[in-house]
Amino acid sequence: MTDVTLTKKDFTSDQEVRWCPGCGDYSVLSTMQAFLPELGIPRENIVFISGIGCSSRFPYYLNTFGMHSIHGRAPAIASGLAITRPDLTVFVITGDGDALSIGGNHLIHALRRNVELKILLFNNRIYGLTKGQYSPASEQGKITKSTPYGSLDTPFNPISLAIGAEATFVARTIDSDRKHLSETLRQASAHKGSAFIEIYQNCPIFNDGAFDQVKDNETKEGSLLQLIHGQAIKSSTYGVVRDGARLKLVELANVDESELVIHDASDPDPSYAFALSRLSGSALEHTPIGIFRSVVRPGYSAMVNDQLSEIIASQGAGDLEKLLNSGDTWVVD
Amino acid sequence: MSKPTIAVKSVIIRFAGDSGDGMQLTGDRFTMDTASLGNDISTLPNFPAEIRAPQGTLPGVSSFQLHFADHQVRTAGDAPDVLVVMNPAALKANIKDIPRGATIIVDKDEFTTRNLTKVGYASNPLEDGSLSSYKIHAVALTSMTVSALSELALSRKDAERAKNMFALGLLSWMYHRPTDATEAFLKAKFSKMPEILEANLVAYRTGWNYGETSEDFAISYEVAPAHMSPGKYRNISGNIALAYGLIAAAQATGLKLFLGSYPITPASDILHELSKHKKFGVITFQAEDEIAAVGSALGASYGGALGVTTTSGPGIALKSEMIGLGVMLELPLIIIDVQRGGPSTGLPTKTEQADLLQVMFGRNGESPAAVIAASTPSDCFTMALEAVRIATTYRVPVFLLSDGYIANGSQPWKIPDVGTLPDLHVKFAHTQEGFLPYLREPETLARPWAIPGTKGIEHRIGGIEKQDKTGEINYEPANHDFMVRTRAAKIAGIEVPNLEVDDLYGDAKVLFLGWGSTYGPIASAVEELRNNGEKIAQAHLKYINPFPKNLGEVLEKYETVITPEMNLGQLAMLLRSKYLKDIVSYNMVRGLPFTTAELVEAAMGVLHDD
Repeated sequence: MTDVTLTKKDFTSDQEVRWCPGCGDYSVLSTMQAFLPELGIPRENIVFISGIGCSSRFPYYLNTFGMHSIHGRAPAIASGLAITRPDLTVFVITGDGDALSIGGNHLIHALRRNVELKILLFNNRIYGLTKGQYSPASEQGKITKSTPYGSLDTPFNPISLAIGAEATFVARTIDSDRKHLSETLRQASAHKGSAFIEIYQNCPIFNDGAFDQVKDNETKEGSLLQLIHGQAIKSSTYGVVRDGARLKLVELANVDESELVIHDASDPDPSYAFALSRLSGSALEHTPIGIFRSVVRPGYSAMVNDQLSEIIASQGAGDLEKLLNSGDTWVVD
Repeated sequence: MSKPTIAVKSVIIRFAGDSGDGMQLTGDRFTMDTASLGNDISTLPNFPAEIRAPQGTLPGVSSFQLHFADHQVRTAGDAPDVLVVMNPAALKANIKDIPRGATIIVDKDEFTTRNLTKVGYASNPLEDGSLSSYKIHAVALTSMTVSALSELALSRKDAERAKNMFALGLLSWMYHRPTDATEAFLKAKFSKMPEILEANLVAYRTGWNYGETSEDFAISYEVAPAHMSPGKYRNISGNIALAYGLIAAAQATGLKLFLGSYPITPASDILHELSKHKKFGVITFQAEDEIAAVGSALGASYGGALGVTTTSGPGIALKSEMIGLGVMLELPLIIIDVQRGGPSTGLPTKTEQADLLQVMFGRNGESPAAVIAASTPSDCFTMALEAVRIATTYRVPVFLLSDGYIANGSQPWKIPDVGTLPDLHVKFAHTQEGFLPYLREPETLARPWAIPGTKGIEHRIGGIEKQDKTGEINYEPANHDFMVRTRAAKIAGIEVPNLEVDDLYGDAKVLFLGWGSTYGPIASAVEELRNNGEKIAQAHLKYINPFPKNLGEVLEKYETVITPEMNLGQLAMLLRSKYLKDIVSYNMVRGLPFTTAELVEAAMGVLHDD
């Protein structure tokens, strides 16, 4: 713990921020800078590692240790760092192209291992830095520079993907909702193991308004299904009820509130969180927001280092001379 | 009454059988027993890429050759004096390498019509006279093993599996090898399976007794110990030597060793070996792919650990972009490439040296990295320490090249005194005002190794071109030109030892210049040429990027330089372009090391071309 209280300013680097005006990344950055002092962790013990894409410029703007690496590989680099340096707090900053396309393999394996990384996926459903091609999160039929007749690909649902990859902490939040974003960061930071946060993030240049359904005052209350542990899952108009092993949406007008599902993020069965993740269509009209899943499983780095300690405790520290002289040896006089 | 013994100076034995016949184990044991007698040794395992190709077929043949002598040996030998074959496929696959007059020991029980037909023998070579120029011992190896084990409660299949130990026992008798080490080995290996242990011991002793009593084997042979410098020895393969070298280097630097690796032949044994030694604080991470393997190693280096990745050629291709990031971040990174036949999947279990240009140039942009190469199995230990010295002193990615031949081949190794290992302790950047992450040390041009957790030096780095000194993003033309040249100058300025030339009387006009695993065959050829009165010099490059400072002078001194490579002339291309010296490039790409005879012939062509 640090003896001085740090402020937002302490976490702001001297670099000029160079995202497009109106980019959702600004508010995520500002929220992060304001949130970090709350952790009480010295700046030098915090590391941000990113891949490639607009959001991956993030580390340059934080006065912590940071690495802007190569496309898709941040979780791999961050894993090596986290495993060898369990004393550090490591954030991974990535986007929907970086994490779900070129780096898909690293994302799923970091999650399944439960490496102690806080992974923030900025999802703008488009390739911004390469100037507007469709991404693996773009809705089918999307007209972009590389799909002038409409994209044919079925998109990934990042939340479903993370749950399928055995993630222990999975959440969704929105760039412009500072309060919700801060609270999500707070919960993720308290989680031991991988924390995966999908942040809906507006790209004003290539995919403007992609998330208006859940951001506009007229529609958001009716579209966002609030996931609050221990409370009924509902928006202003719809609620979630059980339908056998499944979940389904019902208009609040047609249901008694006591029938609504009470959210349990700690449910060990991932099929519950998965079912939640499938409620929203790509038009976002019923979008669960908040923490889908938060379960306890040992972190990877902790296990690696515990295993080393146990081996050293039971066998004693390695003796190089003994090692080199092991096996069949003979002496020449 | 013992049989007559003949003293011989050197022997080459090849064990060959089905990949399920245990030939590698048999060869390994014979090697260990031979090493302990003080003979010099060199070995060459040769096995198929398939784990178990169909039984009794040519693709399923696995072999192990060893060469032992009362003098220094440099290679596993060109032509076996003794071939042990466990089935017709093994005979067919190996007979072309066996000189007339050699001894062939055959398991005749396996020469059934069915097995012969399987590999295309129209008649039984043991009966049709086609092997009349060899000394054939047709031994009922399988049936004798089975009958020796009839007292034990074993299935016929399990009993048959002990026949390799019968063969080992027989050979041990023939060459007066001690038996206690192999018995101890079997006892340790099968301590939890008493029936199998008993079967192996009985088969081994029965084989030995068979040699002693059978009239088929009239003579046994002795090979006197070789003259070796005094000290304690063990046998070591290249992959084990690399693993030990890395552990030693971690100790010498005071750093935590982190290996990020993805399984690939023939490099996986380094991962296996290091995984056993966690009590040294070694962390081994089997990554999801080759990219994550090197990425995690780079992440570990960034945090102040000794980041290492091990792979073979196809893995290097996948890792290239990450290694480029290592070049840009200027962090220590060790990349071990145990080369195999390429391109693509190529020949996974065979040797080749064709990744040299890939590691030199296989990255986008001007992306220089240090490149060094081990020359023998035991040299892998020394070169692992060298790779770490260069990586940590200059904060650069270092490629250490090995190949399938030295990775799996073995030789006696004089165990170094731990006290004589170099001190490679590193210094990290410390807390300071106005820290500049790309301010370089004038002597090495290395930037500070500035690890997270150090107060006051928080900074950001990345793959984008950066400004000199500050490390901030910078796209200016002059700065990029400066940084490109500086990264190149840093690699070019790495201190490496001068090239030593072995020119017996200083009057040779022809130089054999090799790199990597061709050391043994070249040294052996040079010895033979000199014994025949030829004047020839030898030098072996272990440092390829940068080259030793005296290399230009050395090349200048000789009228002709012959460079044998298991590729189509990759080192020759580098030498020609840097030194404008023509090189006689001698190339074979068969997945096998050069034979001494081939290199002698190549040299004779150059020595007497007038």
